[in-house]
Amino acid sequence: MKIVKKAQAGTMQSSDLMVFLEPAETLTVTIESTVVKQFGALIRAKVDEVLEKHGIESGEVRITDRGALDYAIEARLETAIMRATEG
Amino acid sequence: MALNSLGREIPDSYAGKRLVPYRDAWSLRPEGAVAARPVKRVNPGEGKRLSSLREAIEASGLADGMTIATHHSLRNGDFLLNRIVAEIAAMGLKGVWIASSSVHPVHAEIIPHIKSGVIAGFQCGVNGLIGELASRGELSCPIVVRTHGGRARSIIEGSVKIDVAFIAAPCCDEYGNMNGYYGPSACGSLGYAQIDASYASCVVAVTDNLVPFPAIPVGIPQTLVDYVVVVDRLGDPAKIVSTTTRVTTDPVGLQIASYASQVIEASGLLQDGFSFQTGSGGISLAVAEKVRNAMRKGFIKGSFGCGGITGYFVEMLEEGLFSALMDVQCFDQEAVRSIGVNRAHQEISADMYANPFNAGSVVNRLDCVILGATEVDTAFNVNVNTESNGYLLHNTGGHSDTAAGAKLSIIVAPSIRGRLPIVRDRVTTITTPGDTIGVVVTERGIAVNDKHAELKEELIRRKLPVKDIADLQREICRVTGTPRPLEFADEVVAVIEYRDGSIIDVVRRVKE
Repeated sequence: MKIVKKAQAGTMQSSDLMVFLEPAETLTVTIESTVVKQFGALIRAKVDEVLEKHGIESGEVRITDRGALDYAIEARLETAIMRATEG
Repeated sequence: MALNSLGREIPDSYAGKRLVPYRDAWSLRPEGAVAARPVKRVNPGEGKRLSSLREAIEASGLADGMTIATHHSLRNGDFLLNRIVAEIAAMGLKGVWIASSSVHPVHAEIIPHIKSGVIAGFQCGVNGLIGELASRGELSCPIVVRTHGGRARSIIEGSVKIDVAFIAAPCCDEYGNMNGYYGPSACGSLGYAQIDASYASCVVAVTDNLVPFPAIPVGIPQTLVDYVVVVDRLGDPAKIVSTTTRVTTDPVGLQIASYASQVIEASGLLQDGFSFQTGSGGISLAVAEKVRNAMRKGFIKGSFGCGGITGYFVEMLEEGLFSALMDVQCFDQEAVRSIGVNRAHQEISADMYANPFNAGSVVNRLDCVILGATEVDTAFNVNVNTESNGYLLHNTGGHSDTAAGAKLSIIVAPSIRGRLPIVRDRVTTITTPGDTIGVVVTERGIAVNDKHAELKEELIRRKLPVKDIADLQREICRVTGTPRPLEFADEVVAVIEYRDGSIIDVVRRVKE
């Protein structure tokens, strides 16, 4: 799938995250997190996994995380992808 | 460098003082006599009123390198410490130490004076930005974190010498009698300031509510007070006492509270003469609510409620569920009201509350205390000082004192906070030794320290979800993932004193 328009998903509440997607030539992922020191690598791994699952190869992906668990990261990112890729 | 008994590396000395590594909670014994201060004489006709803080500082003889103290009963609404530091900066003094009973986020105003060398360091723990900047290496000033009881001990035994105590006095007369019960800045108990008044070389009462002699009841007497200064305001009353002390409505919190109250019932301690302390957090209050209902139902008449007193405990006193409240600090307006009207609502000093080095403190008489935690390790050691980012953000309060004193200390905490598991292999900072913690209650299960084997059996018999603490940790980490440990530099930015003065841990600079 391809990111064709701006989209977002999520909230800024504790244990949740915000996902922002924008069309771009190349793929860039930026992650901000309250637990980046402890879980930065795991968050990045989960984001990469979901992007790959949906075949996202380009676009700007910005994550602002407030300590969300993996399933929340997956759900928010997938929702944002649906919104950014639909006709 | 030496390892203490909990495996923490403790430097030989800090801020010019030799350090004693922590060994255990009980065996360190005091030596010598209590600290002395000058004998004084005030003749008839001599007054104590001075016209300004500046005049009082000059009269006190405060000089470079000396130590000042304030109390934190006005909490984040306190104006006094900032005003005093600004004044001593304007007078050109340098290298002054702060030995207040606590420092709050509002005192971030003094940071420029730390950078300029007016303030040399802290003989007390700090809440908020000062500790964060120190942890990041952006502020260089020694910080010695103490428990409430440990602070009283350090002053009474003379290891901390307060040269000038400035006591915010919400109700005060011109001869220095004072209490905290009445006036626009009423804060209730002056339990922390009682120590300062008795041991500082010079005592300055500062009030925004000067009443005709004598100020009654006498919380701190005229015999201890050298000078009296009137200012326009001691603090912001809205921030002096927190009004957010309410029972939690969060289902996770309620589940924890339900388990905790069942642990108390299973412990056999909940009978006539029961004594109890909780903090003011939402889960603690939910436990108090459940305990209250159990006491009503069983017609149980408790002995005393202790601590930081909240309106919750006042209601239990007025309902007859407790015979007395032992109050070192009022947590809300209801507690302030009560201490002014209820005979059985007793003001106690921090010495009487929690000092391990006297002939017995009130915490020794506690049956049960409910405490919080940022992290717990598999040996039940608890951290409340540093946050997940490694920054020193919280003072110890009475955590280690009550855990050591009470027959049963119960930690209540959600198993996960913002993805961080509560149970760790190793806590970032040890505040309270696991040897003094009885039970850890989370919504996922209850871990019981081996020293309470009978209680553990009883909880299992009652079909409560008892889990080995290591199993609980594994279960939580399956949900969160395993956190990567923080990285620290060697540089020590603060030491954590146990209540007996030995060093239980140090806080090191965080590698960013």
